[in-house]
Amino acid sequence: MSEQGRYRVEHATRSSRIGVGIIGIALLVLVLAPFWGDRQMLRLLAELLTFVALASLWNLLAGYAGLVSVGQQAFVGLGGYLLFAMVILGGVHPIAAIFIAGPIAAAVSIPVAALTFRLRGAYFAIGTWVVAEVFRLLASQVSVLGGGSGISLPAAAVIAMAPTRQAREFEIYWLALALTVLVLAAIVILLRSRHGLALTAIRDNELAAQSNGIGVTRVKLIVYVLTAFGTAMIGALIFLMKLRISPDTAFSVNDWTAFVIFITVIGGIGRIEGPIIGTIIFFFMRQTLSDLGSLYLLIMGAVAIVVMLWAPKGLWGLIAERYGWQALPLQRHLVFDNAARRAGDK
Amino acid sequence: MTEWLNVILQGVLIGGLYAMFAAGLSLIFGVMRLVNIAHGDLIVLAAYVALMVTQTLGLDPLTSLLLVVPAMAIIGYALQRLLLNRTLGDDLLPPLLVTFGLSIIIQNGLLELFTADSRKLQAGAVETMTYQIGTGIWIGLLPFIQFAVAVAVIAALQVLFYRTALGRAFRATSDDQSVAQLMGLDTRHVFAMAMALSLAVVAIAGVFLAVRSNFDPAIGPARLIFGFEAVIIGGLGSMWGTLAGGVILGVSQAIGAQIDPGWQLLAGHIVFLVILAVRPQGLFPKVSG
Repeated sequence: MSEQGRYRVEHATRSSRIGVGIIGIALLVLVLAPFWGDRQMLRLLAELLTFVALASLWNLLAGYAGLVSVGQQAFVGLGGYLLFAMVILGGVHPIAAIFIAGPIAAAVSIPVAALTFRLRGAYFAIGTWVVAEVFRLLASQVSVLGGGSGISLPAAAVIAMAPTRQAREFEIYWLALALTVLVLAAIVILLRSRHGLALTAIRDNELAAQSNGIGVTRVKLIVYVLTAFGTAMIGALIFLMKLRISPDTAFSVNDWTAFVIFITVIGGIGRIEGPIIGTIIFFFMRQTLSDLGSLYLLIMGAVAIVVMLWAPKGLWGLIAERYGWQALPLQRHLVFDNAARRAGDK
Repeated sequence: MTEWLNVILQGVLIGGLYAMFAAGLSLIFGVMRLVNIAHGDLIVLAAYVALMVTQTLGLDPLTSLLLVVPAMAIIGYALQRLLLNRTLGDDLLPPLLVTFGLSIIIQNGLLELFTADSRKLQAGAVETMTYQIGTGIWIGLLPFIQFAVAVAVIAALQVLFYRTALGRAFRATSDDQSVAQLMGLDTRHVFAMAMALSLAVVAIAGVFLAVRSNFDPAIGPARLIFGFEAVIIGGLGSMWGTLAGGVILGVSQAIGAQIDPGWQLLAGHIVFLVILAVRPQGLFPKVSG
């Protein structure tokens, strides 16, 4: 990459080195959570982790590739139903089923993309929603999986995972942590790759990206398929934690899309840190406001509108622009060796 | 045979209602390239406004339109002027996410005020009157009125678009916003008028929806999807196309329901997806999206 050692491209800055350190410590604390947290804490953390993963995937799709989907519940539900089908009908081990659900959903997403990519912008958004509705209606036609009223995971399959309830809870929690870290790591690797550079260019200006020779549609398709892959795996995990699935919960636009959009917008869309910050705020709001019932959702909608209008880059966007911070080494900085100036360090 | 003719006829008539869902959506997309995710919830809001009007003033649902239509138009004007105009620009995320937030606010606001109970507007004798128009073929008075109103609404929008000064302003801003501005048009006002008109149509659609079937705060998104499907089937930017799209959707659903009640919605979605696959520009396209 460097030409006669005169310059090179660096990703890391001082803030990202501190960020990686903080993330490392947080990860250690999270890995050890079963030893310091009670059962309720573990459940909450596992749920929080799945939302971090879902929001990060949606952020990749909407924030970077500009594919604003309001139909990602299609893949959450598909993942869930695939897990239940494999476990109940095929006797597959639930954890194996999670990893099989990913590639199947990715394969399903290709024809879905072939159809929905014909719609542009906001019409694409509603088109993805129609697809999710079709999935929901089809799921309610499958009578071996409980039809419209849903089905529970058989006790035998659950016990086969681990003998005691506690061991099972630890296992599920670590699985949630591992999958979320896997999803985040995959996104970071993607963004640091050539495709990531193309994606960032598309995020900033699609037309300019195209005129610089980026195959925009191809990159978008890759992101769409990868997002379906990850979303379905997380979906399978979510319904393994819930132990029960029904068409209305599996393909819920509120749970798997409205909340996820809220999280990403509040935290900061188009930045990898956004969904993490957003999920923490969302869970904090939920724990404090959930007594208000539907008023809480009303407040959430209003907060999302206010943020979108007055701080469109979200909370992390405000911080990043004010201080030039990045928690993960993603930006590219040109570093000149002869000039002692480190362009990246601010 | 007559059974199927009846089914198709019912489908055509309900298609008029879907065309009204679609017309308001198509109108604002045409003028300002805005897709209003809260469109379905605004239809439900109109139904609740009509419910309040009929209950407090003791009016007939169809007469209540005299109050509901202007009320919704004013809401539309204010909504556009105070909120949605701020979201318009090159980036498509803000309008999408703001209307998505609005959808959540309307749904939960209605839930808070009116609970999740199903409601219906009572129109009295009109609801049950039917006429025989052929051997074994019957047509209900109310569905017929609803279809006739839909045709009238779309004809009126067509005249407004191509024969009036306001319509000229709509078309001018649609073609080129900055040139329209240079010619002395206040685009913020033009956009607000378009939204007012859209919600006036929404009001009519909402009242007919509420008379025809039960409604509750959660049914908005499905109405948005029906309207959207009718727009895409008919082809973007064509008013008569939305009527054709609505009718095709209505007939598909009716035929699906006749085969198996569980297939009603699915049949409509599948016809939409097939048209998207075979003819993505819709049947009667006017502008490219």
